[in-house]
Amino acid sequence: MGFAETVGLRNLGSLESGKMYCGVAVIVFSLSNFMEKTTARLFRSSLGKKYVMAVSGVILLLFVIGHLIGNLQIFAHPDVINAYAHFLQNLGPGLWAVRLILLATVVAHIWSAVELTIENRRARPDSYEVKDTIQASYASRTMRISGFIVLAFILFHLAHFTLQVVNPEYQDLYTELADGTVVHDVHTMMVAGFQNVWISLFYIVAIGLLSVHLRHGIASMLQSLGWRNRKIAGPLEKVSIGLSILYFAGNAAIPLAIMAGFVS
Amino acid sequence: MDLKLRVWRQKDRNSSGKLVEYDARDIDPEMSFLEMLDVVNERLIDSGDEPIAFDHDCREGICGACSATINGIPHGPHRATTVCQLHMRHFQDGDTLTIEPFRARAFPVIRDLMVDRTAFDRIVEAGGYISVGTGSAPEANTLPIPKDQAERAMDAASCIGCGACVAACKNASAMLFVAAKSSHLNTLPQGKPEKERRVLSMVAAMDEAGFGNCTNQYECSAVCPKSISEDFIGQLNREYFVASIKQQFTTK
Ligand code: HEM
Ligand code: FES
Repeated sequence: MGFAETVGLRNLGSLESGKMYCGVAVIVFSLSNFMEKTTARLFRSSLGKKYVMAVSGVILLLFVIGHLIGNLQIFAHPDVINAYAHFLQNLGPGLWAVRLILLATVVAHIWSAVELTIENRRARPDSYEVKDTIQASYASRTMRISGFIVLAFILFHLAHFTLQVVNPEYQDLYTELADGTVVHDVHTMMVAGFQNVWISLFYIVAIGLLSVHLRHGIASMLQSLGWRNRKIAGPLEKVSIGLSILYFAGNAAIPLAIMAGFVS
Repeated sequence: MDLKLRVWRQKDRNSSGKLVEYDARDIDPEMSFLEMLDVVNERLIDSGDEPIAFDHDCREGICGACSATINGIPHGPHRATTVCQLHMRHFQDGDTLTIEPFRARAFPVIRDLMVDRTAFDRIVEAGGYISVGTGSAPEANTLPIPKDQAERAMDAASCIGCGACVAACKNASAMLFVAAKSSHLNTLPQGKPEKERRVLSMVAAMDEAGFGNCTNQYECSAVCPKSISEDFIGQLNREYFVASIKQQFTTK
């Protein structure tokens, strides 16, 4: 059966309007059937799981970069980041759509990481008595542990600044923007949060590990999707390292500046 | 030169093995690694012991039979060399060498350093061929192939199927082997028509055999005696993706 026939397109022309719903149902069913077969291969095979890992990795990478750019507004007038946070909090369904997509992405990323790791362990039940590495980078050999600690950090971070259960008093911080709107005072919350040395240290260490994760991740995702070759491998390595360092520097600057008293 | 060997001895597939120490004295630095093992084995036989079992055939680096991991590196420390082509001059007098078989669930140990690499044959059976009627070879010039394409295919075709890529991979993945075998045919006009079916079934056979998954660390290319590039893994990743989608649009 051809694809057009599978999705019911051939019959569509002869449908009377009364049967339209039926036709739509056929299309939806066939399409989901098509998706199911494709995804079955994509999710069950070794390469498919790597695509899931890479695609979820790209989405997370884009998110963390966007998130960093948003956070760097801490260096501007307090109203800037407060207005920005107010804007995000009032996206309504849009905010929830983004949150759900991110949650699904994190679940997909961790699911594929766990699946692949279990299979990889199983693939070599007896390990070498003497182990050696020829050229695999440190970052590439520590993806599981760096990812795992980053996960713990993400949970803490959500409890700290999103749910504000670590310091419930953050929920009562309010300020007034120039136009008179009363908004949650995110600026003061960040300053208060990072004045705690231990919390700042934890953030910096976790961001460091995420940067190490990305140092392998950025080059790796292109290979997993089949877009890397030796011609671009050299520049790609430099981009991976450069971007990871920039990402680390940008993030570490925030707690460091607050502890040093540059931002208050 | 005098060496201390720690060699993996395992009676058969079902027994558990262990490292056994041997002194290898008066070894000529011009010997190949396998010749050194031959000398050790002759001495073992003379003293009434079981010789160390290891695979070998051509001893000139082209058949892919030899396989041993020396100090954690399949085929030993010298790059782009099979263990049969590795010479003792690359070691120092007094070195301790730990010699183990290639380790992977898909490569069960048969005895000592010999492993069963039938899993590779099953992958090739799944798609490492072109379905054409046999007969006399066609006139070569009827099918022009651009030089760069021919060279790429030859680079992939230089795989001797030794399994060092699996042995070196942190995850015992066979991606470099499968990528070389599929890219070799997919790059040539003769292999193109069956490209999609080929990658789908070869990857299925690879997964079936219990190899691990690639984590893009390229230990495989680094250890490969033929220096096959990880670019072919990229090509396989790309072709498998396209094939998975395309499959849904074709009949059958
Ligand atoms: C914001 C958080 C994260 C970002 C931006 C991120 C990004 C990435 C990227 C871009 C890749 C490369 C994909 C590929 O190789 O195909 C990757 C791989 C990976 N990630 Fe993450 N990741 C994050 C969190 C996590 C977490 C929480 C875990 C585990 C609990 C994790 C575990 C892994 C593993 C195991 C790999 C595979 C490495 C490999 O193939 O060698 N990651 N990540
Ligand atoms: S014995 Fe043939 S490649 Fe080593």
